[in-house]
Amino acid sequence: MLTMIGKRLMFAIPSLIGVVIVTFLLTRALPGDPAAYFAGPAASKEAIEQIRKKLGFDKPLIEQFFRYTNDLAHGDFGNSLTTGQPVATEIRNRLPASAELTLLGLIVSITIAIPLGVLAATRPGSWIDHLCRVTTTAGVSLPVFFTGLVLVYVFYFRLGWSPAPLGRLDVFYSAPPTVTGLYLIDALIAREFETFRSALSQLILPAATLGIFSLAPIARMTRASMLAVLASDFVRTARASGLSPSTVIVTYAFRNAMLPVITTLSMVFSFLLGANVLVEKVFAWPGIGSYAVEALISSDFAPVQGFVLTMAVMYVLLNLFIDILYGVIDPRVRLEG
Amino acid sequence: MTAQPLLDVHDLTVEFTTRRGIVKAVQHVNISVAKGETLGIVGESGSGKSVTSYAVMRILDRAGRIAEGSVMFSGIDVKAASENEMRDLRGREISMIFQNPRAALNPIRKVGDQIEDVLRQHVQSAASDRGEKAIEALEQVKIARPRERYHAYPFELSGGMCQRVVIALALACNPQLLIADEPTTGLDVTTQKAVMDLIVELTKRRHMSTILITHDLGLAAAYCDRVVVMEKGRVVETANSADIFAKPEHAYTKKLMRATPRLGVSLRDLLPEEEVLASPRTRGEHRPPSAAVLKERRGEASAMARSAAGERDSPRSGLAEAAPHPDPLRASSARLDPAKGGEREQPLLLVEKLVKEYPRQGASAVLSKLFSRKPPVEAEVFRAVDGISFTVGHGESVGLVGESGCGKSTTSTMVMRLLDQSSGRIVFDGEEIGAILPQAFARLPLRKSIQMVFQDPTDSLNPRFTAARAIADPLLQLGDIRGRDALRARCEELAGLVGLPVNLLDRFPHQLSGGQKARVGIARAIALHPKLVILDEPTAALDVSVQAVVLNLLQDLKASMGMSYLFVSHDLNVVRLLCDRVIVMRAGRIVEQGPSERVLGDPQDAYTKELLTAIPHPPLPVH
Repeated sequence: MLTMIGKRLMFAIPSLIGVVIVTFLLTRALPGDPAAYFAGPAASKEAIEQIRKKLGFDKPLIEQFFRYTNDLAHGDFGNSLTTGQPVATEIRNRLPASAELTLLGLIVSITIAIPLGVLAATRPGSWIDHLCRVTTTAGVSLPVFFTGLVLVYVFYFRLGWSPAPLGRLDVFYSAPPTVTGLYLIDALIAREFETFRSALSQLILPAATLGIFSLAPIARMTRASMLAVLASDFVRTARASGLSPSTVIVTYAFRNAMLPVITTLSMVFSFLLGANVLVEKVFAWPGIGSYAVEALISSDFAPVQGFVLTMAVMYVLLNLFIDILYGVIDPRVRLEG
Repeated sequence: MTAQPLLDVHDLTVEFTTRRGIVKAVQHVNISVAKGETLGIVGESGSGKSVTSYAVMRILDRAGRIAEGSVMFSGIDVKAASENEMRDLRGREISMIFQNPRAALNPIRKVGDQIEDVLRQHVQSAASDRGEKAIEALEQVKIARPRERYHAYPFELSGGMCQRVVIALALACNPQLLIADEPTTGLDVTTQKAVMDLIVELTKRRHMSTILITHDLGLAAAYCDRVVVMEKGRVVETANSADIFAKPEHAYTKKLMRATPRLGVSLRDLLPEEEVLASPRTRGEHRPPSAAVLKERRGEASAMARSAAGERDSPRSGLAEAAPHPDPLRASSARLDPAKGGEREQPLLLVEKLVKEYPRQGASAVLSKLFSRKPPVEAEVFRAVDGISFTVGHGESVGLVGESGCGKSTTSTMVMRLLDQSSGRIVFDGEEIGAILPQAFARLPLRKSIQMVFQDPTDSLNPRFTAARAIADPLLQLGDIRGRDALRARCEELAGLVGLPVNLLDRFPHQLSGGQKARVGIARAIALHPKLVILDEPTAALDVSVQAVVLNLLQDLKASMGMSYLFVSHDLNVVRLLCDRVIVMRAGRIVEQGPSERVLGDPQDAYTKELLTAIPHPPLPVH
């Protein structure tokens, strides 16, 4: 098992090197001159040139690249031009916010989508099958900013059940001491239950928004894969052996049906992590997605590079995790590892 | 027998709700099984034999229901029983084993756990000794090292081994009735014999009743006390198995028995009497001998002439027996003396010391070699084909037989140039084709001369191509016929040759029957006037009566077009009928080769003998 993990990590190295090169070149190819942007609209030519020199843009591209990789090797992602903060620090602060939101959103959608898909598959044509179809269609066809705004309108503005959609914590609370960066967990570790409650109430609406959106692929995949497995020979054998319906569905069908669902989950997760900019914007969430978009608009290349690299690493780790999970579920995969 | 039967199926009708209305899959069926009796249900696909057994266990799928009649199992009304009662019945009183054993087991659960699931469900043992019970069940079905196998997953076991596990699963709770639904279809003959013997031994020892569902009359005859013949959802005949083969009553039973390949008959004998009489006339009608066919015939004739003139060939006496026989329909037993046979003209296909090796550890081994310092534990390679040599003469049909994994398909794929060999020569029509890479071969004109008919008639047709498009495919790729009308005409001509009604040409594969799909596959293979056609188990997926017709068609086509066949099969009875010569393979090597009559009539090698004795035969030939 450990050798497999090691091997997989080694396979990830070439793709990470590729990501470093591509993001470097891409950010250099971006339209707009960061030096001009940074110097401000009133700056003279000389001032811009000076800044360019200071940032090292006057050097040949290859030398810039070596400087960049050298910095990377020392854990230095560069500084953001707009905020002046080191990119590494900013990402470290913002990634947990996105991760917490995405994870909770995914948990919400899994707890609804998988039972829904399983029930729909075991009772095709019943009301629950139709419910599954309607929910998934609605979930996927409503854009996240729309569901987000509707939720805010109903639950904050109309009903007043949830707090103002302004970030991760109510202004009266201070963030719990950082352990994992996820406020919910950190608050529990520090036994600050009020903070936990506040963080949770801030999280519920954006997480629900994400959950509704990601419900569709998971529920559909669960249903389709359960239907296929339920029609297979070994389920017939299990039925013919008189096993109880719960054993047949859980032990025989569900575990086999999980494999494609896990793949879908990993895709949805990695997609959401970087792509939930709209949700972060609607809920003023200090996440990594909105950070990257803002940097991109202002030609601030260091945060963009840092963001892409972080996502690549996350993606590699996530895939590794999924592969290990696959091996746990399916012995045939273990053999190939 | 006045005693109450264990199972009594009375006037059973099963209906399926489909999009096109209600279909009665089984109609007014009466079957009874006494205690300790073995009953065979025989029929072709669609006869309702499996549906009947599913109805007995009430595991019909959602669309199916018992519409009429009753099923009584030792005093319990199966139709009226609650789902809970049925669940207690299944696995504990009535068990079932299935076709395709590997798929019948949960692929991601240890086989021991699967047996324990059944034991737990039927509370057959305390939790503490359940594991022991499961191991005992594996021991009963004669699985070697059951304690280790307990932890095996189905994919780690062979097909025969998986079927033993399924049997262990079915018998774990000592049921009174075992339903075996095509338990050995898809298994090799020797495995089939082992599995059937095991079933009989275990059920007899426990005084169990058995229902054996099969399409194989020979199997039913060999293992059953009584046989029920079903056709289109109805029982047409019930009799003791000795009687039914001696004097079959119903026309369908007679037809089935006639169509079953067996000793001492020719291909023509397989066809129903009326078709034998009708066929020469009808075939003459839709087969005007085209110029090409005539040319082929001349080619064949001249080959014969040259063969008679003689020309020194390979000195290997094993190959020397490959004499083309002037009468392609029936190979007579009068064969050339091997010593004299060495002096002949060059064969159509010459295979010499052909080897195919595979790395033993698969692709991941290469990667682990890159990263680990340790040398690979097993640097050996696996030889799927291990230095075999044989020939196929002009107009000759050669059977390549052996059990799964013996390398026969690998050999045919290499001859077909779909796979590169590791070493050895393949000489086709005087040209060394072994050196041509498979990718390049597809574009050569020579590709036309070697064509193939595949095992599964359904899977080998593009589901989105009509029959005409499928037949035209090789013509479009390699043929010189251009233009819609000319292509269509050629397709219709080919359809006529293979006896496919022209009005079916615009149908898609799913709208055709198995036999019709097989005809499309054959028409496609002969579209370019090949010299050699490789037939990879072309009738394995067909019912016996359809198989009889297709085999005769193949024989006629060979005679009229002067083709040679390399016939890959595991069915020795079929090979005996169609082939002039047989090559028996085992573990990548040829163990015996020679004229069919000799090899299959008087086998020399122990393995050939074993194969032959494993075939179940109907007791008496039909007159």
